[in-house]
Amino acid sequence: MLKIGSLSFQSRLLLGTGKYPSFETQKKAVEVSETEILTFAVRRMNIFEPSQPNFLEQLDTKKYTLLPNTAGAKTAAEAVRIAKLAKASGLCDMIKVEVIGCDQTLLPDPIETLKATEELVKEGFIVLPYTSDDVVLARKLQEAGCHAVMPGASPIGSGQGIINPVNLRFIIEQAVVPVIVDAGIGSPADAALAMELGADGVLLNTAVSAAKDPVKMAKAMKLAIEAGRLGYEAGRIEKKRNATASSPMEGMSIG
Amino acid sequence: MNVLLNGESIQLPEHVVLVSDVLKHYEIHDKVVVVEVNGEILTSVEHQSTRLSDKDKIEIVHFVGGG
Repeated sequence: MLKIGSLSFQSRLLLGTGKYPSFETQKKAVEVSETEILTFAVRRMNIFEPSQPNFLEQLDTKKYTLLPNTAGAKTAAEAVRIAKLAKASGLCDMIKVEVIGCDQTLLPDPIETLKATEELVKEGFIVLPYTSDDVVLARKLQEAGCHAVMPGASPIGSGQGIINPVNLRFIIEQAVVPVIVDAGIGSPADAALAMELGADGVLLNTAVSAAKDPVKMAKAMKLAIEAGRLGYEAGRIEKKRNATASSPMEGMSIG
Repeated sequence: MNVLLNGESIQLPEHVVLVSDVLKHYEIHDKVVVVEVNGEILTSVEHQSTRLSDKDKIEIVHFVGGG
């Protein structure tokens, strides 16, 4: 069970809703992923062309918890405004704080992210900041009262997987709230590794939406996250330098 | 009246007085939208009670796909 603030979830997969080839594929991918949390962005509506389809309209919003993000914000003030706009929809209390500080790497601005987190916690939001692999920042975000920390595995949309497992492990060990690995996941193996390291959940988008078969990949990610979690709970063996036989040496009938 | 709607200068018809009238006028009243008038974010209940004035700055946003 994944607990974020006052909310509980069976699934540990959080799924983004961007860049799918079609709504039909997206609907199927969401379904087979068995996710319970879907992320969205907040944007100006093209009111002069109201007939344009919207994925949210095709969703049973009672079945899913919406996690809007503050993508597009470059300052804490912009992030807070987007969060308030999202909440005014009456559909959600959670917010993914995403304040980008570098256009090339899409890495978060640590100072503005922390400021936005402090402000939104005060405003009563359930706050999930997207952060880098900075161990100290992850701790400070928790001291500010965030409800989960979301360190990136590698740059957003890059699919490079977990490039700093050392820091990720430190973040997980020091965490007092759930750690959700967000961004950079490329394959089911990456997602499973995040869970084996002890992450509480994985948030991904491009790895599924841009896969050759997004529906199949959604299923693969669901299974990988479950497998990784089970492996973590089961406790893996230590790595040893030398071989140790699995079969007994006693009672051999030859020689 | 003339308003700035999502960044565009728009002349609204005379019968459009409330925020809810704007949503009806653009046929988006049954969609999930959030409206901000002059930097004030409105709840959906306030759409029916908020009167617009000339030169108001209106932002209408919605949820789109994102990660």
